[in-house]
Amino acid sequence: MTMQTIYPLFTALPLAAAFFNLLVTKINKKAADYIAFLVTAALAVMAVLTIFEAPFAYRIGGFPAPWGILLISDGLSALMLVIINAIALLSIIYSIKYMTMYTAKPKYFSLFLLMLAGMNGVVITGDLFNVFVFLEVASLASYALVGFGCEHEELEASFKYLILGEVASTAILFGIAFLYSMTGTLNMPDLARQLEVLGINKAVAFVIALFIMGFGLKASMVPFHAWLPDAHPSAPAPISAMLSGVLIKAIGVYAIARVMFDVVGPNAMVSSILMFLGALSMLVGVFLAVGQSDFKRMLAYHSISQMGYVTIGLGLGLNPNVPPVIAAMGLFGGLYHLVNHAVFKSLLFLCAGAFEFRTGTRNRYEMGGLIRKMPVTSTACSIASLSISGVPPFNGFWSKLIIIVAFIQAGYYVYGAIAVFVAFMTLLSFIKLQRFVIFGQLPARFANIQEAPFAMTLPLVVLAILCIALGLAYPYLDQGALQAARAALLDKVSYMGFIIGG
Amino acid sequence: MILYFLTLVLFVMGVYCLIAKKNIIKKIIGLTITDYAINLFIILIGYRANGIAPIMFKNMTMQELTERGVDPLPQALVLTSIVIGLGVLSMMTAICLRLYEKYKTFDMSEINRLKG
Repeated sequence: MTMQTIYPLFTALPLAAAFFNLLVTKINKKAADYIAFLVTAALAVMAVLTIFEAPFAYRIGGFPAPWGILLISDGLSALMLVIINAIALLSIIYSIKYMTMYTAKPKYFSLFLLMLAGMNGVVITGDLFNVFVFLEVASLASYALVGFGCEHEELEASFKYLILGEVASTAILFGIAFLYSMTGTLNMPDLARQLEVLGINKAVAFVIALFIMGFGLKASMVPFHAWLPDAHPSAPAPISAMLSGVLIKAIGVYAIARVMFDVVGPNAMVSSILMFLGALSMLVGVFLAVGQSDFKRMLAYHSISQMGYVTIGLGLGLNPNVPPVIAAMGLFGGLYHLVNHAVFKSLLFLCAGAFEFRTGTRNRYEMGGLIRKMPVTSTACSIASLSISGVPPFNGFWSKLIIIVAFIQAGYYVYGAIAVFVAFMTLLSFIKLQRFVIFGQLPARFANIQEAPFAMTLPLVVLAILCIALGLAYPYLDQGALQAARAALLDKVSYMGFIIGG
Repeated sequence: MILYFLTLVLFVMGVYCLIAKKNIIKKIIGLTITDYAINLFIILIGYRANGIAPIMFKNMTMQELTERGVDPLPQALVLTSIVIGLGVLSMMTAICLRLYEKYKTFDMSEINRLKG
């Protein structure tokens, strides 16, 4: 019950902390670390508590639903909140040591908290314009964080990301304005009702196209992916982990899923578009990844490829022509892979950061034999590599297996075959990574390096344990939080009910 | 209808400027123009000829208000959108200045260290 009264704190707390952080820093330089840590820890605890709450709607200012703004908590929101805030907490712990490489640490923490506030806002809100506002808050903070190092490459990547991100935001705003002119409401449960009456006419199809372009650019699906391989590696490692692990999911995939499932409803056209884009992302991402020499750049390309699995799963879930059981299975696989990808991709980026912190390079051909000098980081990196390439019993295997089985059962043999092939290519690419970074010959100039400091290895160990736990706990996940998230997406009627229940 | 069309022309001009120009300052101007075109579009949605401010006075009935009052929501949306646009614009110019410090040029085709 308590959660229902403090729900807005998910955005209010980090926003306030981001502001006061800079004021307090004028008095005490050390305080920023503690503020950021305490705020993210509190948010992570709140997020875990939200999972155990029944779905509810919070009215801002007490105004009734179609006029006031609703904050909605259901299975999907709770799941996303846990992912976002858990990864944020671990990234903050990691940043405390890692960011000593940079100057202006308090400003970094402020931007980080601002980005967190934006992402939490997108996930908890039930108002379409609010989604746009929070998405812009998160994006603006991430543009600044990508260019945080202020070197040639980082500024260039930041500018590219900014221009493309703003084109996406313009498309989203245009879509929202169009939808408002047709229905006269911005409340998402109310919109769902209005669209039920209106049906999918040409104007709604245009809005859907604008949303797929806008949110698809934020989620970096393949025709819109050009910014990601520049932007994600240029950021500091904990930010790369946040961007690849969480941001593209919260403001891209989550927004698409929410709008397409709960507002528009299952639709064969949208389903086939999403499945096609997903398959394309998987293929293009993995082919571009194999040849990269920069460790983090390779991981960024794999993000595109792995997000393809999530998109293709969501696409199958939207399909009204396959039996509901198989559609639900595809959706479950997509959501499961979303959680798994958040865990192993942030782990990989944090490992890349730890290697860079000690060796000073990101070129994987210059490293080698690091397992003898940095055993904890290397072991964590191996576990994450095995997870992402889908080796049993790690978590990536199960989610990929579910998606592939769902596609074979639905009769989409080509997509199933692509998914198997991409899993194989991913394995190949990560075997190459293991061979050059972790095993092999230790270069003479790295003879004296040490293991990364404790504040950096702790998040690595936690995430590595999560990788194994999520894989081994697979039989129990069917009843847990993932099940609630799937139900939230498939049950459009109860989402429309939030308008009264608020 | 002619107003909607002019807004579309403004939008297309902004997109052209964003795509065709190599100077990053011009790209920023193009992006801002597209932003303003969308803002104008939202304002046009709420526009009503001979409309009055949507405030309930004592000598007015509810019906009179709904018939003549303009929709206040698009104006609130545009205010928010303008503020966000300002934030984005200042961010863009800040990065642009830093880029000039490093590369000594505003030409996007010479700022090309990231490849592949």
